[in-house]
Amino acid sequence: MSNLTEKRADTPWERLTNGIIRENPTFVLMLGMCPTLAVTTSAINGLGMGLATTAVLMMSNLIISLLRKVIPSRVRIPAFIVIIATFVTVVQLLLEAYLPALNDALGMYISLIVVNCIILGRAESYAYSHPPIPSYFDGLGMGLGFSLALTCIGAVRELLGAGKLFGQAVLPASYTPISIFILAPGAFFVLAALSALQNFIKLRAAKAGKPKRELPAGCAHDCAGCGIAGCSTRFYDASAKSGRTGSRGTESGRTESVGAKSGRTGKDRAVSAILSDEKEKKGQETVKNGTDKGSAGEPAALSQGKEEA
Amino acid sequence: MSELFQVSSNPHVRSRATTGGIMMLVVIALLPAAGFGIYNFGPRAALVICVTICSTVLTEFLFGLYKKKTTVTDLSAVVTGLLLAMNLPVGIPLWMAALGGVFAILVVKMLFGGLGQNFMNPALAARCFLLISFPSQMTNFTCEGAGALDAYTGATPLAMLKAGENVNIMNMITGRIPGTIGETSMIAIVIGACILILAGVIDLRIPGSYIVSFAIFTLLFGGHGLDPAFLSAELAGGGLMLGAFFMATDYVTRPITVKGQYLYGVILGILTGVFRYFGPGAEGVSYAIILGNLLVPLIEKVTRPVAFGKEGRKHAE
Repeated sequence: MSNLTEKRADTPWERLTNGIIRENPTFVLMLGMCPTLAVTTSAINGLGMGLATTAVLMMSNLIISLLRKVIPSRVRIPAFIVIIATFVTVVQLLLEAYLPALNDALGMYISLIVVNCIILGRAESYAYSHPPIPSYFDGLGMGLGFSLALTCIGAVRELLGAGKLFGQAVLPASYTPISIFILAPGAFFVLAALSALQNFIKLRAAKAGKPKRELPAGCAHDCAGCGIAGCSTRFYDASAKSGRTGSRGTESGRTESVGAKSGRTGKDRAVSAILSDEKEKKGQETVKNGTDKGSAGEPAALSQGKEEA
Repeated sequence: MSELFQVSSNPHVRSRATTGGIMMLVVIALLPAAGFGIYNFGPRAALVICVTICSTVLTEFLFGLYKKKTTVTDLSAVVTGLLLAMNLPVGIPLWMAALGGVFAILVVKMLFGGLGQNFMNPALAARCFLLISFPSQMTNFTCEGAGALDAYTGATPLAMLKAGENVNIMNMITGRIPGTIGETSMIAIVIGACILILAGVIDLRIPGSYIVSFAIFTLLFGGHGLDPAFLSAELAGGGLMLGAFFMATDYVTRPITVKGQYLYGVILGILTGVFRYFGPGAEGVSYAIILGNLLVPLIEKVTRPVAFGKEGRKHAE
């Protein structure tokens, strides 16, 4: 793990762009779908939700990273939840006091930030194993990526479904709003279309032979909760070492074969990535305790992972 | 055994039916209903039909250009466009009709892989898309009296039934009632259905089980007991006939197992009844069919016939 993380420096800037572009939580990792689909009826709502989540994500990542050596591994999830809930409460009270209209529009989705899987995912996969400064910027990058995605979805839905943008009428009055776009089905259409669009742009950039770090990291669609710098760099470097040209085709083939091996897809893979992290930690613990060898600890953790999956 | 036998790989029995041929038959079978729609509602109905067909065919053609694979010639886009027009009120703005055509072909059919891959009937999905997007225009059955039907503003017979009013059943059977372009005339639809059945394109499994189960549901839960007038009005009204014969039987989105087809028909009948009698709207055929389409993979899974020789093994396990 440690030698892999060295390959991509966890600089603040790298973390920021990682969250916004390479591993955009909405369009690439497909995390946090509930608020994404529910609150993006207008650009303002999307932006508000995104920024509220960003605030919570930055602070929870920072605090969890600071406390990472104090929180015992067994109770880390409850500990994360308590920390996250604290900041959600702060954000909620601030919104009630200063932006009551937005608070009303977002409703219960503000309190639901507590169980937003982006926040828990970043705490689990990044902040718990990395120093505070990169963790803080990781939270900021992910939060901004989330805000950007939600604002885009909200803007498209508001434009088509109501003929407005940020509350201002931009289309002529003769335009008949296609109201399906501000209803629930429209959220799915717009999310799918925008995800396809960003894949299309990234694919074309990859074909045009741009530098590889512009690509959606090797395991683009499944490193939801994996060791981040470790996982994505590994695939990226592996393809480079084997002398492949590193075109998108070979990389996606690689990703697929990895997915096929574990027999999981999509979010399951994210879960398995989280579990494999857990597995490694458990392996290390057993080595430390000297009761068993790491290799013996792994199969146990694997079978446990399978049961949970 | 002196003869020489030719050895070849399967399939050994081939049918001369082609996709284009079947689609052509469906178009012909839809002509009576379409023709009656034009007679009933006037020339604007023909215009709406033209617009939807042009929009579906053009969308399919342009997508084919992008994918470098022409699929327009199988005529399925024409059927989709015609069916969509059958499901639209005559007064709908033309750009909405065109938008529905684009949605049906682009989103529901081509993005999922083209004909044979669509998980939902494209024409009905587009109708529901339009119904959710433009509820007022899609349920405005005002007729200017350009055709045989007198100028008419008001509710469809189904909506009147729901409100507890009486309707003229003879008019409902011949089709001189407000409604969407192709759904009003039960006679024209049944003529088209006979063409399809005689040509062997469809059979009665799905329409029969659909209509019978809907009739039973109406008797049990319709709230009018054994009133034959109410029952026949419910059967003749709305899109039930059009849906049962032309849209529930769509090859792509119906189950392929025989038992599954009966089950599918019964599910559609129950869903239609639930939407009509317990839902807020008067009509529920289109939602019932697209929901039924979504259940098709599950229906096929539970009704898959056991291969010969597998029965014993099943008992042994």
